[in-house]
Amino acid sequence: MADLVKIKRGLDIPLVGEATKNIQPAAKAEMYAIVPDDFHGVVPKILVKSGDEVKVGTPLMCDKNRPEIKFVSPVSGTVEAINRGERRKVLEIVVKSDDKFDAVKFESLDVNKMEPQAIKDTLLESGLFAFIKQRPYDVIANPEVAPRDIFVTAFDSAPLAPDFEFVAKGEGKALQAGIDALAKLTSGKVYVGVKADSQLALTGCQIVKFKGVHPAGNVGVQIANIAPVNKGEVVWTLSAFDLLLIGRLFATGKLDFSRIITLAGSEVKTPVYVKTVMGASISSIISSNIKEADYNQRIISGNVLTGTKVSAEDYLRAYSKQVTIIPEGDDCNEFVGWATPGCGKFSVSRTYFSWLFGKNKKYNIDARLRGGERGIIMSGEYDSVFPMDILPEFLVKAVIAFDIDKMENLGIYEVAPEDFALCEFVDTSKLPLQQIIRNGLDALMKEMN
Amino acid sequence: MKKLRKYIDKIKPNFEPGGKFAKFQSVFEGFETFLFVPNTTSKSGVHVHDSIDSKRTMTVVILALLPALLFGMYNVGYQHYLAIGQLEATSFFTTFLYGFLAVLPKIVVSYVVGLGIEFISAQLRGHEIQEGFLVSGMLIPMIVPVDTPLWMIAVATAFAVIFAKEIFGGTGMNIFNVALITRAFLFFAYPSKMSGDSVFVRISDTFGMGAGNVVKGFTGATPLGQLATQTSGTVQLTNTVPDAVGNYTEITTWDYFLGLIPGSIGETSTLAILIGAAILLFTGIASWRIMLSVFAGGLAMALLANTFASATYPGSFVTPFDHICLGGFAFAAVFMATDPVTGARTNVGKYIYGFLIGAITIVIRIYNNGYPEGAMLAVLLMNVFAPLIDYFVVGSNIKRRLKRAKKGGTV
Repeated sequence: MADLVKIKRGLDIPLVGEATKNIQPAAKAEMYAIVPDDFHGVVPKILVKSGDEVKVGTPLMCDKNRPEIKFVSPVSGTVEAINRGERRKVLEIVVKSDDKFDAVKFESLDVNKMEPQAIKDTLLESGLFAFIKQRPYDVIANPEVAPRDIFVTAFDSAPLAPDFEFVAKGEGKALQAGIDALAKLTSGKVYVGVKADSQLALTGCQIVKFKGVHPAGNVGVQIANIAPVNKGEVVWTLSAFDLLLIGRLFATGKLDFSRIITLAGSEVKTPVYVKTVMGASISSIISSNIKEADYNQRIISGNVLTGTKVSAEDYLRAYSKQVTIIPEGDDCNEFVGWATPGCGKFSVSRTYFSWLFGKNKKYNIDARLRGGERGIIMSGEYDSVFPMDILPEFLVKAVIAFDIDKMENLGIYEVAPEDFALCEFVDTSKLPLQQIIRNGLDALMKEMN
Repeated sequence: MKKLRKYIDKIKPNFEPGGKFAKFQSVFEGFETFLFVPNTTSKSGVHVHDSIDSKRTMTVVILALLPALLFGMYNVGYQHYLAIGQLEATSFFTTFLYGFLAVLPKIVVSYVVGLGIEFISAQLRGHEIQEGFLVSGMLIPMIVPVDTPLWMIAVATAFAVIFAKEIFGGTGMNIFNVALITRAFLFFAYPSKMSGDSVFVRISDTFGMGAGNVVKGFTGATPLGQLATQTSGTVQLTNTVPDAVGNYTEITTWDYFLGLIPGSIGETSTLAILIGAAILLFTGIASWRIMLSVFAGGLAMALLANTFASATYPGSFVTPFDHICLGGFAFAAVFMATDPVTGARTNVGKYIYGFLIGAITIVIRIYNNGYPEGAMLAVLLMNVFAPLIDYFVVGSNIKRRLKRAKKGGTV
C-alpha cells in the first residue's frame, strides 16, 4: 500500500457557490431537533416526553433493538414536541434551547488510562457512538463486534463541502484524543485518509494521503484502496468531522455538538462557513443569506449527492457537514432541450457544447432529472466514476435481482449507497442507484442476521 | 413556446388514466417529452443530474450517421448515372436528389413500421416510449441495397422489432442488434434481393428522374461481389462500367476509402463513416475500446490471410487496409459493434468482443465463398457471445476478491 493513493476515476461536479473561508456565527436558533430517519436501520424508542428538561447529552431516544445505542440532545432546554407522521412514525424530537448548553457531566476521561470497555461505554452513553458506522451494510456499528480496523476520512471531497482542516483549526488536541480513543477499540489499525497536501499531525494511527477527484474522500473508496473488506470482516468507519465531537468529549470532558458547516450553492447570497450546532433549525443557519427568487429553491441538508431535501422549518441533520441550496427547476419548461447546443449544460460526456468552455467553468445545476428513466443502456458509465476494484453495473444488477451469492461475490460488503452517488449522477438512464443499493443492503442484512 | 406549453397542459388530462384518449398516453408522453424536457425533479438520491439522457444520446448517434447517409444518397445517384452513362452530363445536385429520392422512402418505411410497433408496445406495457429505435430505424435503410423493395423492409423491420427487441423487453434488453436482425432476415428470406450483381446499383428511374438505359458492358458488381466470384489467383477489382475502349479500370484504395463504389447505401464511404466515428468518440457515446479492437482484429486477420495468400481464396490477396475499407467493415465497426446493449459491457470484454468481430468478419469474407461479406454475421455471432465474454471477465474479478479474502487482511 502506497502512502499516496491517486484517485483518477471520479468527478468533481463543478457547482457554483463555493463557500469562502470565512466563518460566521449562525443566528441563535430557538429549536433543535434530532431526526430518527438519519440513523438508518434504527427503530426509535423515545425516552423523553414533551416538557421534559434536558441537558446536552440527555438521551432523547434509543434503538429499540439495541437499547445501548442512544441518541442524545445536542442542546440543553426543554423537549418541545415529538412530531409524528403517518402510522405514528417519529419524524423528529424537537428541543427548545435555553441557550446555556449545560452538558451532562462525564467523570475522569483520560483516554490513556481508560480500558477499551470504558471508552466504548462512554461513547454509547454520550450518544457519540451513533457517529460510528460499519461496513458491511453501512449502518451504525454493532458495539459488540470488535472491528478489524477503523477508518477515518479526514476530508470531504463532495461538491461544495467544507474543508476539514480549515474547520478543525485549533482542535488538534481534540482530534488526537479522538484517535487515541478509537485506537483502543480495535486490535487492528486506525487509518486516517487525508488530502495530499494535508497538514494534519496525528500519532497512533496510520495516515494515508489521497490525491484526486471525488469520491476520494469517501471512506469506502479509502478502504478499498487501503485494505478492502472481505466477507466476514467488519470495519468501523467515521468522518473526522464527527471524530471531532468524540475528541472534544475525551479532551475536555464536556459534550459539545457545535459544528462549523458550509452554507453553499448557487442560491446562497454569499456562500460562507457557518458556526452552528448539530440539529439547529435550518432557518437559523440560512437566516437572510438566500437569494430572493420567484422560482422554487431546494434546500439540502448535506451535499447535492447524498444530502436530504429539507425546508427552512426543518433541522440540520445529524451527519450533515453542509447546507446546500440550489434551484428546484420544476417551473422550467425547456423546449426540445435534447436538440439544443446546450452551452450552459453540464455533462460528463461531450454531447452538449459546454465542453467548449473548458473544465474550469462552474455550473448552476438544478434538481431536475433531465430525462426519463430507462433500462441500463450505456456501458462503462458507472465504471468511470467508481474507483474501486468492483464492477458497479454488475453489482447493481445482482442487487436488483437480489442474487445473494452474486452480490457477495461482486463486493456488496465493501460498498455503501454513497459510493454509487456519482454513478447516479452520470447515469443516462436516470436510475435511483443509491436507493437500489440501500434496499439491497437492508434486505441482505435481514437475510444474514 | 409558452402557448404551446399551455395547450399541452390543457389537453394533458384527456390522456391520463380515465381520460378520453387514455389509450394514447404513451404516445402523448412521448411527444410531450420530445417537445419539452421533463421538469420532474429528484425525489430521493442525488439532487443534481448530468444533462445527458437517452434522447440526447440517440440524437448524437443519428448526427454521427448523417455524413454516411448523405454520402450514401449521393453515391446512389452517382452509381445510377454512371450506369446509364450520363454521369458527366448530370449536375451534383441532380445526382444527390436522385439518391435522396431513392433512399427517403426506405427511411420513412423503416421509421413508420418500427416506431408504430414501438408506440403500441409502450402503451401495452404502460411504459414511456423509448428512443432506441430512432437509431435502429436510421441504420436499417443504410445497410440494405438500394433496390430492396419497400415491403420487404417493412416486413423485416416488423420482424426484427417484435422478435429481436420487444419480446425481450424493449430498448436495453435485446440480445441482438435490431438493425442487423432486419438485415439478416432479408438476407436469408430474400437472398436474391440482398446480394448479387443486380441489387446494389439502381438502374430504373426514381419518381421519373434519371430514366435511361444502362451502358453496354455494365456489371453492377460490388468489389466484394467480384471477389466472391473470382476464380483466378490474380485479383483485379474493377469499376462497374467499361471506359471508351471497353476496358474496365481498376478501382484503387482511394476509391474504397472515398466510397464511390457500389454497395449498401450507407456503408461505402470509409471517410464519411470515420467522420461519424469521430463524433461518437469525441462525445463519449461509443466505446473506443470496441471500435479500436474491431479494426485491430480485422487488420490482424487480413494480414494473416494475406501472408498465407492462396489462389483458392482470392480474398486473401487483398491488402489488410483495403479489407477494412471494403464492404460493411467500417460501418459495422463504428455503428454496429459499438451498440452498448448487445455488445460486451466490461472494459476488458470490449477488447475481446471487438477483436473477434473484426477477425471473424475477415474470416467469413475470405474463407467462405458463400458469403461475400461477413460483417453482419460476425457482429450477430459476437452478440451471442458478448454475455459469455463478460461472464469470464466478471469471474476474474470475483476470483480476485475470493483470493484476497483467503489471504486475509491487508493487501
